[in-house]
Amino acid sequence: MHRLTLSELSRQLQNGDITSRQLTEHFLSRINQYDGNINSYTTATEQQALAQADHADRLLQQNQGGPLTGIPFAHKDIFCTEGIKTACGSKMLDNFVPPYDATVTHYLQQAGAVLLGKTNMDEFAMGSSNENSYYGPVSNPWDNQRVPGGSSGGSAAAVAAGLAPVATGTDTGGSIRQPAALCGVSGIKPTYGRVSRFGMIAFASSLDQGGVIGKTAECLARMLQPMAQPDGKDSTCFTQPPEDYLQTIERPMDNLTIGVPSEFFESDMEQGVTDCVNQAIEDLQSMGATVKSVSLPHTEAALSAYYIIAPAECSSNLARYDGVRYGHRCNEPQDLQDLYKRSRSEGLGDEVKRRIMTGTYALSAGYYDAYYLKAQKIRQLVKQDYVQAFNDVDCIVAPTTPATAFEQGEKTQDPVAMYLSDMFTIPVNLAGLPALSLPCGFNNGLPVGMQLIGTYFDEGRLLNIAHQYQQQTQWHQYFPEEYN
Amino acid sequence: MSTINADQVQKIGDLAKLEFDSDEQQKLAQQLSTILELVEKMDQYNTDDIDPMAHPLDIAQPLRHDEITEESVRDKAMELAPEASAGLYLVPKVIND
Repeated sequence: MHRLTLSELSRQLQNGDITSRQLTEHFLSRINQYDGNINSYTTATEQQALAQADHADRLLQQNQGGPLTGIPFAHKDIFCTEGIKTACGSKMLDNFVPPYDATVTHYLQQAGAVLLGKTNMDEFAMGSSNENSYYGPVSNPWDNQRVPGGSSGGSAAAVAAGLAPVATGTDTGGSIRQPAALCGVSGIKPTYGRVSRFGMIAFASSLDQGGVIGKTAECLARMLQPMAQPDGKDSTCFTQPPEDYLQTIERPMDNLTIGVPSEFFESDMEQGVTDCVNQAIEDLQSMGATVKSVSLPHTEAALSAYYIIAPAECSSNLARYDGVRYGHRCNEPQDLQDLYKRSRSEGLGDEVKRRIMTGTYALSAGYYDAYYLKAQKIRQLVKQDYVQAFNDVDCIVAPTTPATAFEQGEKTQDPVAMYLSDMFTIPVNLAGLPALSLPCGFNNGLPVGMQLIGTYFDEGRLLNIAHQYQQQTQWHQYFPEEYN
Repeated sequence: MSTINADQVQKIGDLAKLEFDSDEQQKLAQQLSTILELVEKMDQYNTDDIDPMAHPLDIAQPLRHDEITEESVRDKAMELAPEASAGLYLVPKVIND
């Protein structure tokens, strides 16, 4: 059952071949059996899951089920879940039980999905390896000495190892796409504003976006549909509902022009990654796509701009963690300054502190123009690159990451080395565009992902291309032997 | 190229309400300087006539009528407080006599 896609599971549930309870028990049992090796979950919600499964079964028996009714999912621990601990990978929120549901939580519940548990993540979504969690690192199911990627490392690893059929994630600089690529699964970051951020713990408000990690593009489409509905509680959320993604993916891939960005391939990359992505581009060509070269000249600048903008916004968003109203408070504060400084210094991890410090510096008097304002102008240039490219092509195809999964501890001493693993994903967040990563091969036994980047609100096309590619290839069907 | 020293780390820490011991200050000074090295690559690009972009979408703040639409969550929120009493959050004394 853990090898099946959402459409297969949904069909079996609708037909009565399996019950949601059986399905949920299957995944809960696998979590108990295998997650000790992976550490992908921080909170399992067994009682609630079974209660939700029973409720879903009642709806299914009355033929009132929808596309997600009874489907279990793993939920990144960045989304508030009422009454269920939500810690965002941080000691600061280790005692935090939200009094409300995030909109994404609410919409998935309304759609009948069953919450298996909350997944491990880099603290406050800051990281590319899931080594920055208060709850310990996550292992890559393909090689447990290696990282799964981050910050949605728990979600990607859970799906890859069959500990959840699908999972939510969030992506600010690549945190859905990069772990999806390193774990050999599919992941989509929608257009900025497509998915409500209400109740999604904030890191960088102009970059954050919630999305999905799953086995196939069809799984992503099925899960994204309810998540992408408008929400008045998020003033940056798009007000029009999405198209029917499950319909759009079935359309033939006619007259498609794909752009290959020369700058991405000029950088330092693992040869095996280049080879897999080039093969995938040839496969798309043989499926009828026309390939053109495009130029995104500000790709390198994007990384620099991101490491000012994201820390700046994070320094502002994380100012709320002050030990006063919720979260960690230090013992016996002497005065208010001591309360703030010790609560924050004790509660927040090193990478988070590093980014708060970078952001505070960039926004402080005398430095704003040189750093933050400059970064915002670079951001405009990055966006212009893509807008121009999309005049010529329908979709951009590129590697998701420069290399396959690295070893645990390999990049923890050098923050900038870690930051470089996001060089292909970051520009997309700056521009606010949708992008999808899907498996396209292996290099030395480790998965390789390719990235499809679309223009604003073109998720449907990305899902369509990915689905059509997955009808012709088998990379998405591979599964790590250890967890079979 | 800018570098950050331990003194500056102290000052930025004061602004960010974070504290570090002297070893941590040294290490952070080095790491922040390396990050600034990455960031200063932006200077290679001419942005004289470019408008800054704060946000990916061209949207204005949506407004609604000034009507009460939600129930009060004050009690639920107060339950999360480290120290609270009579609807107030308790902190060390702020005002000196």
